[in-house]
Amino acid sequence: MTSLLPILPALLLGLGAMALLIVGVLAKPEPAGFTTWGAIVLLVAAALVSCAAPDTLLFHGLLKTSLFTRFADALVYTAAVAALLLALDYNRKEGIARFEYPILVLLGVLGMVVMISAADLMTLYIGFELQSLALYIAAALARDSVRSTEAGLKYFVLGALASGLLVYGISLVYGFTGTTSFAALAGLLGANIGYGAVIGLVFVIVGLAFKISAAPFHMWTPDVYEGAPTSVTALFGTAPKAAAMALFLSVMTGPFGHLLAQWQMIIEILAIISMALGALAAIGQTNIKRLMAYSSIGHMGYALMGLAAGTEAGIQATLIYVAIYVVMSFGAFACIIAMRRRGQAVEKISDLAGLAAQRPGFAFAMALFMWAMAGIPPLSGFFGKLYVFSAALNAGLVTLVIIGIITSVISAFYYLRVIKVMYFDAGAPDFDAVPASVNFVMAVGAAVTALFILLPAPLITAASAAAKALMG
Amino acid sequence: MPVSLSHFLVVAGLLLVIGVFGIFMNRKNIIVIMMSIELVLLAANLNFVAFSGALHDMVGQVFTMFVLTVAAAESAIGLAILVIYFRNRGSIEVEDVTMMRG
Repeated sequence: MTSLLPILPALLLGLGAMALLIVGVLAKPEPAGFTTWGAIVLLVAAALVSCAAPDTLLFHGLLKTSLFTRFADALVYTAAVAALLLALDYNRKEGIARFEYPILVLLGVLGMVVMISAADLMTLYIGFELQSLALYIAAALARDSVRSTEAGLKYFVLGALASGLLVYGISLVYGFTGTTSFAALAGLLGANIGYGAVIGLVFVIVGLAFKISAAPFHMWTPDVYEGAPTSVTALFGTAPKAAAMALFLSVMTGPFGHLLAQWQMIIEILAIISMALGALAAIGQTNIKRLMAYSSIGHMGYALMGLAAGTEAGIQATLIYVAIYVVMSFGAFACIIAMRRRGQAVEKISDLAGLAAQRPGFAFAMALFMWAMAGIPPLSGFFGKLYVFSAALNAGLVTLVIIGIITSVISAFYYLRVIKVMYFDAGAPDFDAVPASVNFVMAVGAAVTALFILLPAPLITAASAAAKALMG
Repeated sequence: MPVSLSHFLVVAGLLLVIGVFGIFMNRKNIIVIMMSIELVLLAANLNFVAFSGALHDMVGQVFTMFVLTVAAAESAIGLAILVIYFRNRGSIEVEDVTMMRG
């Protein structure tokens, strides 16, 4: 008799989303606030239940829960709650407060949770598609805006191509090994299996690299970040990135763990191109959301460095990096969402000029996130980089580390430019009052980013235990 | 000449290549891109079914059912997004999808 506890979080999210959908359809007027709070309550409940779930293999080896999945789930839940809190006020002011949005977020998170816990290529694919489909719709949420619908269209076309390549790769892996189960694959691929499965693996890597927007599969990122409503961009920049990176880790070290020699080079190249592109392409940007898009491409490059190391320390480093990145990222998006002048959202970096004189707290929070993203000690971003660099160094990837250091110096330029604009440029942004929910997310993000140095132990030990659970 | 596994794989490979080229080479309209996406998914399906037959294993056919379901959902969502895009822009030419320079 298997207990329902391990899949209770997923059940809560799925059934809760359907219940909220019924409420949303029947209730008049449109209960956008109610479904948002309902979704937040469900996410918190799912997070609490998932902490109590035991380690098991469910449904004949289709799903697996472990310390690793709980760690990644916790990141996804936190990011989704933050994104919903940010959307609460923004969507209303933009006239896109639809009751569907929180439901789409719930379904997307359900997809992420399924793909994080996948122990079979079939569950991986279903989870991957569920979250992608929910996010395509979310990108086109502002359905009267050309930019938002164009973002949705671009994301859909490129995302559908990526999942097509992923499933083609899965079909090759299945054909040349005869199984889709992670455990069986790990056993089979230890022996010499030939090139069919390796070609399949390359297709799978392409599909996953697209989801974390690692260059050269990043083409969609800047356009989707810029075009989608900022509340949706705040979600894109956090939860799906964490979930896809966790999936990347579990697929590469689990079923394909024995093919390290084959995939290590590919991951290194992805990391190098992403870091370089993230550093160089962001320099010329004037739109802050586009800047964040290139910045996220660069950050995914650094996070991939830990995976490229292929060691337990590398996995731990990537998990720490992603956790820190998620917090910095939703903090920075809280600041971007707060950029409104006379009821209009503004997105230019130059709109921040003179902010420090008018709103010192707001400017300081933004500066904190920019410093942390540049990796300046003693903020949290520095420790993320420290862990991935030392893991890569210990695995002998010296070139990768050198390129990483050079690109983080280059990228410091554009992060510091934002601070320079806020503190030294003349101007009067005259931003509207920041709503409490956005202030809350901003304050939490700033506190965690700034004070991480005082209490790093919980995250470090949790990531270490998660990495150990993954590598077995 | 008996039809062997490799024949199926070649056809599936061709479908994949046609699909990918259809997405990147196509300069006309987005409906063609939707069709190309379907081709890519069908290439994978053909692989699954062919391998399933060759391996005498049902997993491939079950997987195909899932892929078909997902493909249906995906084209529904894709067309929905296309419709709202057309309402705003008045065109579905690929060359017109350029509000933001990427």
